[in-house]
Amino acid sequence: MTSPLLSVRNLKVDIPSGSGTLHPVRGIDFDLHRGEVLCVVGESGSGKSLTSLSLMGLLGRTLERSADRMEFDGINLLGASGRQMRKLRGARMAMIFQEPMTSLNPVYTIGDQLIEALLLHRRMPRAQARARAVELLEKVGITAAASRLGQYPHQLSGGLRQRVMIAMALMCEPQMIIADEPTTALDVTIQAQILRLLYDLVREMDMAMILITHDLGVVARVADKVAVMYAGELVETGTVAEVFDQPLHPYTRGLLDCIPQPGKTGRGEPLGTIPGIVPSLVGQVDGCVFRTRCTQAGPACLGPIPRRSRDGHLFRCVHTDGYAPAETKAI
Amino acid sequence: MRNETKATNPVLELKNVSKTYSVKQGLLGKSRPLTALRDLSLRLEQGEVLGLVGESGCGKSTLAKILLGLEAPTSGEVLVDGAPLGSQDRLALARRIQPIFQDPYSSLNPRKTIADIISLPLRVHGIGDAASQQAAVREILDVVGLPSRVMHTYPSQMSGGQRQRVAIARALVMKPDIVICDEPTSALDVSVQSQILNLLADLRRDLGLTYLFISHNLAVVEHLATRVAVMYLGRIVEEAETEALFDGARHPYSEALLTSVLTPDPSLGVPRMNLGAAYPNPIDPPSGCAFHPRCAKATEACARQRPAPVVDEDGLIACFHPNGMAPTRSRPAEAAPRLSASV
Repeated sequence: MTSPLLSVRNLKVDIPSGSGTLHPVRGIDFDLHRGEVLCVVGESGSGKSLTSLSLMGLLGRTLERSADRMEFDGINLLGASGRQMRKLRGARMAMIFQEPMTSLNPVYTIGDQLIEALLLHRRMPRAQARARAVELLEKVGITAAASRLGQYPHQLSGGLRQRVMIAMALMCEPQMIIADEPTTALDVTIQAQILRLLYDLVREMDMAMILITHDLGVVARVADKVAVMYAGELVETGTVAEVFDQPLHPYTRGLLDCIPQPGKTGRGEPLGTIPGIVPSLVGQVDGCVFRTRCTQAGPACLGPIPRRSRDGHLFRCVHTDGYAPAETKAI
Repeated sequence: MRNETKATNPVLELKNVSKTYSVKQGLLGKSRPLTALRDLSLRLEQGEVLGLVGESGCGKSTLAKILLGLEAPTSGEVLVDGAPLGSQDRLALARRIQPIFQDPYSSLNPRKTIADIISLPLRVHGIGDAASQQAAVREILDVVGLPSRVMHTYPSQMSGGQRQRVAIARALVMKPDIVICDEPTSALDVSVQSQILNLLADLRRDLGLTYLFISHNLAVVEHLATRVAVMYLGRIVEEAETEALFDGARHPYSEALLTSVLTPDPSLGVPRMNLGAAYPNPIDPPSGCAFHPRCAKATEACARQRPAPVVDEDGLIACFHPNGMAPTRSRPAEAAPRLSASV
């Protein structure tokens, strides 16, 4: 196997606050290869977005990032200066945000915003940059692309704005794209079109993509690899088939039970639930973070949680294969 | 099952309802009519869960507002138990029909306690004294699965799921029989969404509620609804029993919607949508069938003429080229929108 494009070990984000330090991201490990789509799935507050922002070096000043390793194409992101990060961002790693309404600048035209990155990173003539912008708008399926360059964001629909965001991210042909809930604000029909587009572009341009979502349907259809995130940890990682067909962590199984699945859940039958709420991540967190909501929880869950592996399919649980042995179940 | 729809007992009915807004384009632009609902007829039967699906801008929320009496239709009639909505007492209607909105973060007043929020409808209607209102709040909190200690907390101290339970409690404290749910779970996490869906299903069974369930999440609609109406640009294009629709949609638009549903099955890829053009601008609707610019089956006739809705034993369909069997019986004349109807 070739060396990964992005390699992350023990990534942590801490937020110091008056009532103790909050640990929203607590030791994340993963590798991302070229041409691969990694989906990070989890509920709100699980640390998905903070993880992506810390990869891009976009965390606020009050947030503290640390890691044992964070390497992008041989570059150590941990030691990179602000200037080095600015050279990377937009050029070699790009981000697509969730809200196309708020992430485009309302007072600049689509054209100005599209070519900004090219003028900055490639120092090419304006006319050439505009030609490239038209080419990319056409690639993302926008008709009458040349006339769109003079338009302002408010003149475009949500689906079109998200396409503009994607085109903007692709301007400098990045090696890696991080898409944070790129289709959450869109209609289902547009969602399918945008996901199809992203999927095809990743294949065609041999990029790597990290797609952050809470929608298991999106994950199942788009991902090569899945990382299930809960309370700042990756509780299970594996290929999409492994995670969906043989979920090993109780949280992953719980999530899959919560959604209506045609053919599996009976119409009108009660859906599975995960009782309780995400625990506070202030201060020292001991044992398994999911134990307060887990039906399999036992005394061992308070101790150190081993990371188990089954042919690359990783999960964090004291129970081998994620199920509690019968005798400890009744705690 | 299908005979049930014939023996009609509509609690809410829209008859040829149109709603036109006046929209200004640009700062100095002339105002132009935007028709959100076009000659729309729909019945909500006692005890059913009618799912209403369609893309944003198709008029789902306008329809909900009209049913709640928050907006008046430009033309057409809204009947509650067979009597026109306008002729009925505003407060009496509010006791029967209650809404649950999408966003539990903005639909609860942040400066009021939970008890204040839930008891407000009782106070507006002057039902009971302070003590009995408090008792009613306690009771309804129990129904929606919240501990009574939350009474004195504020919305900001609650999670999204808890807030949506408060919104449901506020809707149910008046003991309505019809609840209009406008995207009740789309702002929630999946583990919370399943709790709220289970709650809505339990409440319907225990209290005999009738729901109009508006959602863009078709998997949720399939799970909860007994009947589904598909809307496109202000009109109903297909109506069918849930099972029949999800087994084989007849309208090409319904089919496209179903294709776009991403079921969590990793053996399937991302669907290729054949909806080339974007959703049409409701200010400038396409000629003929509004769906024809995006429809793979469109012919010249579709661009020229609008297909009239046809009612048959399977439901309603408005298409010249429906999938499956050709429809047989046409809609009763009184409810049939005229082809040349101008709105």
